[in-house]
Amino acid sequence: MSDLTDLYQEILLEHNSKPRNYRKLDDATNSAEGFNPLCGDQYTLYLKLDGDIIQDIGFQGTGCAISKASASMLTQQIKGMTVEQAESLFNEVHKMLTESGAEVDSDLLDELETLSGVSAYPTRIKCAILVWHTLLAALEGKQEVVATE
Amino acid sequence: MTTTSGTFDVARIREDFPLLKQTVNGKPLVYLDNAATSQKPQSMIDALVRYYTTENSNVHRGVHTLSQLATDDYEAARTKVRKFINAAEDHELIYVRGTTEGINLVAQTFGRQNIGQGDEIIISTMEHHSNIVPWQILCEEKGAQLKVVPINDSGELLIDEYEKLLSPRTKLVSIVHQSNALGTINPMEAIIEMAHSRGVPVLVDGAQSIPHMTIDVQKMGCDFFVFSGHKLFGPTGIGILYGKAEYLNAMPPYQAGGEMIRSVSFEKTTYNVLPHKFEAGTPNIAGAIGLGAAIDYLNDLGMERINTYEKELLDYGTDCLSRIEGLKIIGTAKEKGGILSFVLGDIHPHDIGTILDTQGIAIRTGHHCAQPVMQRFGIPATARASLAFYNTKAEIDSLVEGIDRVLEVFS
Repeated sequence: MSDLTDLYQEILLEHNSKPRNYRKLDDATNSAEGFNPLCGDQYTLYLKLDGDIIQDIGFQGTGCAISKASASMLTQQIKGMTVEQAESLFNEVHKMLTESGAEVDSDLLDELETLSGVSAYPTRIKCAILVWHTLLAALEGKQEVVATE
Repeated sequence: MTTTSGTFDVARIREDFPLLKQTVNGKPLVYLDNAATSQKPQSMIDALVRYYTTENSNVHRGVHTLSQLATDDYEAARTKVRKFINAAEDHELIYVRGTTEGINLVAQTFGRQNIGQGDEIIISTMEHHSNIVPWQILCEEKGAQLKVVPINDSGELLIDEYEKLLSPRTKLVSIVHQSNALGTINPMEAIIEMAHSRGVPVLVDGAQSIPHMTIDVQKMGCDFFVFSGHKLFGPTGIGILYGKAEYLNAMPPYQAGGEMIRSVSFEKTTYNVLPHKFEAGTPNIAGAIGLGAAIDYLNDLGMERINTYEKELLDYGTDCLSRIEGLKIIGTAKEKGGILSFVLGDIHPHDIGTILDTQGIAIRTGHHCAQPVMQRFGIPATARASLAFYNTKAEIDSLVEGIDRVLEVFS
């Protein structure tokens, strides 16, 4: 197991204590809820799509530092992206979290790379990835609650 | 060998538990997740090995020697359980998979037979999901209603409110003896007496109480008492449903198959006598024998001495944790078992659990399958350290150091 500071990096803790875009969008065009029944992590993601562009994004909910920081970074980086770009970012994050030691695109991931330490903690991967599955569901306009158990 | 008059020699007792000797993440294991499952003494593990090595065969079937040996041991274990909880008769003990199956058995047999439209079942706010959902399913099927006894801010049952809920429509009371999420020990004798004075039977969920105290079902007066072997230092997949013979005899079978019948023809099948009526199919023979071995081990230590030692450990843990700034213990009942459920400022329990794990400390984090308790206290989850007689004050000190590390990371 890697050192704790690889998991709880300063940037991650900072996002946890001061989450970005932590708000409901009243004019959201898409939204989805993510819920982990086992740990109780629960987030709602709001998107405002203008054609193919994610014009605005917000989230609300409760959960551990890892899930909240992941959500905060997601909103920060996804704003202004096309749907296709957001899906590429999902794939890169998924690879980083689930394929330990995989080559990842650091430029694309940017601050999200601070979540890479999570891959050494199998029980916590679902925390980091919850909001990303929620993003896909919101983009696809799915109605059911997303779970990453 | 420990004696009933000697001091409680924890260092020596720990030698009996091979798993406790290992390191986790480079640190000596500090196992504080006993409410989830307990560790196993070598004598219990040896009993399983001995059964599979020298005795393995089916019970109540063959005339051959091995079958007889297995049957003798399987039934001897039932007698051990009977003595351990002071039941009146061996046939009042039904082997089940665990507490969950025991409760489901009562819901699907006694429940379906006796509970109908407009009837009521009383449970409490502090129930484990396994003592909520089987009754919800029954209520939905029958048009009955679930009534829930509230608790106060310390996590104690409001007995006056309970008494008000008892009505002519009440057909069953099903209450937990010791709460898994809060540690509260409920006054079962009083609860049962109030129900009995109105002719209402009571089921006691004893999963969390029986590993820590002397259980006497006749003194308690309960009509059903259920528990799991794996929390009692025995194997997984074995548990006990105790029921008074008058109830068990009147109940229809739960599952049908071999063993539970007396005679079968295509015209008519007659059911076997207790306890076999409720033990369809080849049972968990090794599990039963292992449970018997665990009970032997506990009898050697003495449940009273275990209880006394654990109280001392709980007091020490409560005192140590209370000194940590920002830490709040959830569940502060006057009568309480070895559960230290807590929240720590804004730090989520899962982050606490991960950081403690890196220190070799195993606790449980989450809602503990008791979401209504979490809702009552307005929290999504807690971190829970749960004690057993093989834990030490030094391990509590490690927990405190681990929590200090959590605070450091999140400072």
